[in-house]
Amino acid sequence: MKTIKNILPKAAIIFLIFTLFCGVLYTGVVTGFAQLIFPDKANGSIIEVDGKKYGCELLGQQYTDDGHMWGRIMNLDVSTFKDKNGKTLMYAAPSNLSPASDEYKALVKERVEKLRAANPDMDETAIPVDLVTCSGSGLDPHISPAAAEYQVARIAKANNMSQDEVRTIIDKCTDGRFLGVFGEKTVNVLKVNLMLDGILK
Amino acid sequence: MSAVIQYILYLAVLIVLAIPLGAYIKKVMDGEKTFLSKILTPCENAVYKVMRVDKDEQMTWKKYAVSVLIFSGIGLVFLFLLQLLQGVLPGNPQGLSGVKWDLSFNTASSFVTNTNWQAYSGESTLSYLTQALGLTVQNFVSAATGIAVLFALIRGFIKVKTDGLGSFWVDMTRIVIHILIPLNLVIALCLVGGGVIQNLKGADTVSLVEPIAVSADGEILENAEIDLEAGTVTVDGKVVEDAEIVTEQFVPMGPAASQVAIKQTGTNGGGYMGVNSAHPLENPNAFTNLIEMLSILLIPAALCFTFGKAVKNKKQGVAIFMAMFICLALALGSIAVSEQLATPQLAQDGVNISMTDQAGGNMEGKETRFGIATSSTWAAFTTAASNGSVNSMHDSYTPLGGMVTMLLMQLGEVIFGGVGCGLYGMLAFAILTVFIAGLMVGRTPEFLGKKIEPYEMKWSVLVCLATPIAILIGSGLAAIVPSVADSLNNGGAHGFSEMLYTYSSAGGNNGSAFAGFNANTVFLNISLGLVMLFVRFLPIIGTLAIAGSLAGKKKIATSAGTLSTTNAMFVFLLIFIVILIGALSFFPALALGPLAEFFSNVI
Repeated sequence: MKTIKNILPKAAIIFLIFTLFCGVLYTGVVTGFAQLIFPDKANGSIIEVDGKKYGCELLGQQYTDDGHMWGRIMNLDVSTFKDKNGKTLMYAAPSNLSPASDEYKALVKERVEKLRAANPDMDETAIPVDLVTCSGSGLDPHISPAAAEYQVARIAKANNMSQDEVRTIIDKCTDGRFLGVFGEKTVNVLKVNLMLDGILK
Repeated sequence: MSAVIQYILYLAVLIVLAIPLGAYIKKVMDGEKTFLSKILTPCENAVYKVMRVDKDEQMTWKKYAVSVLIFSGIGLVFLFLLQLLQGVLPGNPQGLSGVKWDLSFNTASSFVTNTNWQAYSGESTLSYLTQALGLTVQNFVSAATGIAVLFALIRGFIKVKTDGLGSFWVDMTRIVIHILIPLNLVIALCLVGGGVIQNLKGADTVSLVEPIAVSADGEILENAEIDLEAGTVTVDGKVVEDAEIVTEQFVPMGPAASQVAIKQTGTNGGGYMGVNSAHPLENPNAFTNLIEMLSILLIPAALCFTFGKAVKNKKQGVAIFMAMFICLALALGSIAVSEQLATPQLAQDGVNISMTDQAGGNMEGKETRFGIATSSTWAAFTTAASNGSVNSMHDSYTPLGGMVTMLLMQLGEVIFGGVGCGLYGMLAFAILTVFIAGLMVGRTPEFLGKKIEPYEMKWSVLVCLATPIAILIGSGLAAIVPSVADSLNNGGAHGFSEMLYTYSSAGGNNGSAFAGFNANTVFLNISLGLVMLFVRFLPIIGTLAIAGSLAGKKKIATSAGTLSTTNAMFVFLLIFIVILIGALSFFPALALGPLAEFFSNVI
């Protein structure tokens, strides 16, 4: 009992000190430096043109128009978030489905058929796997170069552009691997679509 | 080819960084001078002054244990109350209400035990105040507690005929001030530079390029024609009454980078966002991923080298490191191959899973920027360490890939494991190994010059078996509670795997999930909370008891009769014992889950 009485106040004081150091000071210092050195990135990499927020560079959206590039399969969430006026906001979640079930097989088959119908020029070409799968965050803003190339013919036709013009836009929105090794090559779908719509140059 | 280079580089960079950090930690814990002492030692001394503690105090193992328990208890109560009351506290720009009691208990246990299981989704449940003052603080101190207990054990090996194991307060202060805060300041700023958010603003909204139509019941209307000006939605030529047109997207904000840094380095793993480091605002690219992923194993790997230096037997540190590293490499290889091969259901006619111009393989639940190589490496690192953060959804892994992640947790989180706790867990296995090996060749079991006797053996067995006991009893009970079935997201054997993974994660103090499983129910919140507390504090008490007993013994000189604990034979035996206990305990359960799914659906 005596030990406990002895230890309790010390434990409480050190807990307060750590709460101050790690919770307040550490978080505060990081926030301060972040806002000073990297204001854009610290605030969510939002694409703003003439005062309108056209999207977040890092968050995927759903595209179904033939004239837009399509991204990963999205599992939309329209029930969790509302703005101040009660208007529904879009968000998304991963599927968490097992890729080894019969239901999953049927789901992928359906996606393949839909993509084939929308991309008649690609004929029987096998579809890059990221176009028929849901991502880890549900909000993946990227697709692979293979998945972008698969859609070039459709996008060009729908926008009355040449395929090379579409490829130029895709190239502008493609990032390589970090240091040439780490991660994968990616195409940012939102940027491609904003360029196709003439909002980004 | 580039995938193979990535795997090798990830492992190589880890070793290169861990060795100098290991040396630095040893210096700090012995109170020696380092390149940061000039700035940090005055802060350290100020803490002792405020607390009125004697820097040279030597606690008995019991006092050390009581200090750990009381300190953790205060953290538990504080975090529990903070969540309940967040609705009326400041630092809550989203106006979120207080968290329900069972979820609060679960989250508090989860963060105090360094598990960081997420039954909640950060962006929709917790205020900034709770994240910074509650979760971030526990991320620091629960990690520091693990390292402190490890050092008490190290002192047990070094000291001769005494009962003092050092001061818990001094250990904690040194770890937080000299190691965790400077390391994480650097990492957090690198993360912001890479694109992770760090601000105190309320959530933002941005326009959607293509608006979405939602029916009055909240169903998404596909193939709808949306007339924004008139505000009407038409499906197949018919106007849908009461349909809502969604034109904006939710963009979460807040102090993420600072918390992400410590959740990675402290093997905590509880994400700022619900989907953890798969979220593009928490882990936007391969650069931030590299930092976050290496941070998972950085301190646990460094501590092996610290241990070698501290017990003045560098070879011993290397031997333990090698045992862990070999297991990690094997696990990583199995996950990588399994994910790249994908499943026949995904690789059906019409789907291209090749590696040309894409990552290929099983991309369900994985981000394009990470592909297979980076996702598999993270999955192996996070379950080997008891980190539990994810950059891809383990629920969507192939049956065998998912099984390996589960097995890494079931082995007791000793393949590097949590900061501190992984290594003291592994040392308990080492004690078990010298005992069994000693019996086989008829020599007195001894480890690092200390005789291993029944007292140490009893506690070591408890430390090693706490995880299997907790996982098997927990998941066994959950399997007979009917309401648990409603939490499953997948059917059949995979549904069982989801539940087994949940208890393995809690029982290994890991915190990752087969996230389709809805763990936010009263039964699951409470039972998982209790499992986490049990597997955290029983081994801590056991480790400290062993440390206390070892410190009181005399040192035996090495003789020709001493079994070497630094050669390849010992490394092999240690791995064998770890796998033997893990495999024997879990083979039946794994056969019902991932193995059943593999044999019925993949081949």
